[in-house]
Amino acid sequence: MNFLASTWVGIWLTGLGRIAMLTRETVLSLFTFKARWRDLLYQMYFIGIKSQSVVIVTGAFTGMVLGAQTYFQFHKVKMDTATLAVVSVSMCDELGPVLTALMVAGRVGAAIAAEIGTMRVTEQIDALRTLATHPVDYLVVPRLLAAHAALPLLTLEAIAVGIGSCYVVGVYLLGIDPAFLWDNALKYTHDVDIVIGFSKAFIFGGIIAMISCYKGMTCPMGAEGVGKATTEAVVYSSITILISNFFLTLIIGKLVGLL
Amino acid sequence: MIEVRHLTKSFGSQRILDNVDLQIESGESAVIIGRSGGGKSVLLKHLIALLKPDSGEVLVDGESIIPMNERQLLRVREKFGMVFQGAALFDSMTVEENVAFPLMRKKNFTQAEMDRRVAAALDMVDLPGTQKKKPAELSGGMRKRVGLARAIIYEPRIILYDEPTTGLDPIMSDSIDKLIIRVRDQLKVTSVVVTHDMRSARRVGNHVFMLHNKRIHASGPPEEIFASQDPIVRQFIDGVADEKETIL
Repeated sequence: MNFLASTWVGIWLTGLGRIAMLTRETVLSLFTFKARWRDLLYQMYFIGIKSQSVVIVTGAFTGMVLGAQTYFQFHKVKMDTATLAVVSVSMCDELGPVLTALMVAGRVGAAIAAEIGTMRVTEQIDALRTLATHPVDYLVVPRLLAAHAALPLLTLEAIAVGIGSCYVVGVYLLGIDPAFLWDNALKYTHDVDIVIGFSKAFIFGGIIAMISCYKGMTCPMGAEGVGKATTEAVVYSSITILISNFFLTLIIGKLVGLL
Repeated sequence: MIEVRHLTKSFGSQRILDNVDLQIESGESAVIIGRSGGGKSVLLKHLIALLKPDSGEVLVDGESIIPMNERQLLRVREKFGMVFQGAALFDSMTVEENVAFPLMRKKNFTQAEMDRRVAAALDMVDLPGTQKKKPAELSGGMRKRVGLARAIIYEPRIILYDEPTTGLDPIMSDSIDKLIIRVRDQLKVTSVVVTHDMRSARRVGNHVFMLHNKRIHASGPPEEIFASQDPIVRQFIDGVADEKETIL
């Protein structure tokens, strides 16, 4: 058993177990709601408001590039007016939630891991515990709730900006008829696409918050440890988002009757 | 009363504490002395269950705190205040927010009451008017005083000090010692001070425990310990290095 524990499989399983314990503690804390509104609002401001510029730029350029590429292919078969429909469905189902989550993982996940990691290294987390405050109540719960709330809203923003920028490129740069372009987009984009995007964004928010908080709270001592925790928070959050996206696509697809 | 029974702790293969026993009576001012890296801070952290031992027991007012989970410990920790070696102030907050932190979490204090208590706590540590400063704007000694103000604001019954004078100049060390004595006498608290500063140990303690070779090697009133002829105690008090430890 000791041999297994020192292998990468053992380390990986130990990490999974610990993050499961942290999630359990967080859920327990959520039921008693020990978080303060002020902490929650600050985290929503930090994760939601401060991430807008990066999400808008990501949404805009993804919509424009995808619109241009789709047009190049569709133009060959005289389907120019379907361009926005393809972009709209892609943005709602996949690109909106995934790219938003990846950008937020880079910006917010790194900041969460670095902040909590520094608190651990400088004994501030121990100080919290001596002040009869559970670190999960004070550090994890507000970030988790804020990420759950902010990610769907940021995703909605990215989707809207992406579709809007594709429309502008399609109409004013590529010369597609605006009426047919818009009509096709509305015809092929359904409520269920929005639901899929929202559901994924909600889950991705939880993934980013939990992994980043876990990495911060288990950060090795020293400046090097904080750097390692920060890097791992971003890498593990991003990989988990990409892998879980595939399974979520299948599960949600089955639930809404697409499979 | 705090009681430690047969406490053993290792980090990996390195044993830090081996079968440590000690008893600190209510209202006592206990000082734990010993060499750097000898496990003093590790022992102190066990008293408030920041660390869990490999074996042994820690009893606070007769209640064993080792089997408790983190949520059960919150109730026990309300009896404690702790001053950390590096002060461990929350650097995103002002001095006022740091000191008021324990009160803000309790939710049953008005803003006026919190302001009054913060001002009183800062007065007690001789730092009036520093409420709006950030920890980064304070010197090491001032940070430790703010840490002490934060620890005493909710009137705990036991205060733990982890190397309160380390890294401070002699005058600031003296002022921190006086502050520890003042807090002890005015608030009638039990104090546990970890230090390797012999002058500080002599002044603030009325019971000294010497940790050596992973165990409590000697314990007793300061006069007895400082007059001890035990070669290990004597060497530590006189600050004489072994031949093999002399660098040149």
